[in-house]
Amino acid sequence: MSNKMHIKLTVNGAEEEFLAEPRELLIYTLRERLGITGPHIGCETSHCGACTVNLNGKTIKSCTMFVAQANGAEVTTIEGMGGPDALHPLQEAFKEHHGLQCGYCTPGMITRAAKLLEENPSPTEEEVRFGMAGNLCRCTGYQNIVKAIMAAAADMSSSKEAAQ
Amino acid sequence: MIPAAFEYHRPADLAGAIALLTEHGDDARVMAGGHSLIPMMKLRMAEVPHLIDLQDVTSLGGISVQGGQVRIGAMATQAELIDHAGLSNAAPILREAALQIADPQVRYMGTIGGNVANGDPGNDMPGLMQCLDASFELEGPGGARAVKARDFYEAAYMTEREDDEVLTAVSFAATSGGYAYEKQKRKIGDYATAAAAVLLTKEGGACASASVAMTNLSDVPVWSEAAGAALVGTAVDAAAIKASVAAMLGDIDPTEDNRGPVAFKRHVAGVILGRAIARAWSRA
Repeated sequence: MSNKMHIKLTVNGAEEEFLAEPRELLIYTLRERLGITGPHIGCETSHCGACTVNLNGKTIKSCTMFVAQANGAEVTTIEGMGGPDALHPLQEAFKEHHGLQCGYCTPGMITRAAKLLEENPSPTEEEVRFGMAGNLCRCTGYQNIVKAIMAAAADMSSSKEAAQ
Repeated sequence: MIPAAFEYHRPADLAGAIALLTEHGDDARVMAGGHSLIPMMKLRMAEVPHLIDLQDVTSLGGISVQGGQVRIGAMATQAELIDHAGLSNAAPILREAALQIADPQVRYMGTIGGNVANGDPGNDMPGLMQCLDASFELEGPGGARAVKARDFYEAAYMTEREDDEVLTAVSFAATSGGYAYEKQKRKIGDYATAAAAVLLTKEGGACASASVAMTNLSDVPVWSEAAGAALVGTAVDAAAIKASVAAMLGDIDPTEDNRGPVAFKRHVAGVILGRAIARAWSRA
């Protein structure tokens, strides 16, 4: 029963091909097979959202998807959003507004927030809280995460306007 | 966290899925969004030697609203239900309920078909479907049939669906009048301590029709015919709501768990139904 499948994934723009058991969870593919260790594992019941990535235009919990299901998919993780030399506006805002402490939930938070702002570029505070409800944080008490996302939303829409 | 090994299948059409179910019998399970099945597999509470992923079966998707009838493909996700303007007009209670299910990530993946076929009394859609008097379309090697949501649930995780059948769609008549889906839960993403689905219509200041269903207060969803009947013909005043709640309490059978003891759940069920009726009436 260990029939390995030929899997293709595009992760942060890079094409990856490998053999994997269908039962391999996408979070393990990312972390252990591909060395993309930003997405984290915080639970085994699909609650915490630390493993959140964007896959084919949806924000998903990569602990609740088999690599076999993701075959052919395009995945974006925190590593694909920006790095130390070119921070994504959300990364900048989390830093600026102290939206993280231990940093364990942060990759999932920011990946989810990016999709939230794509769908709703100027959310209310309530919409941010509801839209981020699939991501748990032990450290911040959420307040500064909300501030960071609201600030990033304002930054992103003003730079969009400036570009037009 | 680590599921057991399985053989993975991704059929391109429904016939392919049914052929696999027929071939592998009890050893096979279909998977829609995977957000109940994968967690169970990770805890080794579900053993699935042959996993049949339905994501390529495009005939199972889609939402249509035509001639007062709503038909939702089993693979339509909760996020799609929420975003579908035509559906929100035809049956706004569905959007109200879907927004109380799980969290954003789960709603991108979890499907209506999986929610109603799962058989967990914690799921919200089954009670709602009973309130709506929906039909579930099932297809197996012997062809297609329809089962009323009110007849579908036998016990926890036990439904009318045969092992070799796929639940392909849910359908129901568009609603009119007032509606409410009221859910008491401990936090976002939790299954209900108690939840109530209420649809009612108003004519000349009186309630002309009413349907009431309750979630997670028995090992199956509970459509309380008596609770609806207690509202019909009344002005939905305090006495009528009290009578409806009393009737509902006669039909539920909650069990104690981390959400509270039986007496508490019965208390919450009454409060929740009272709120749902009041809100539905205010919208009627």
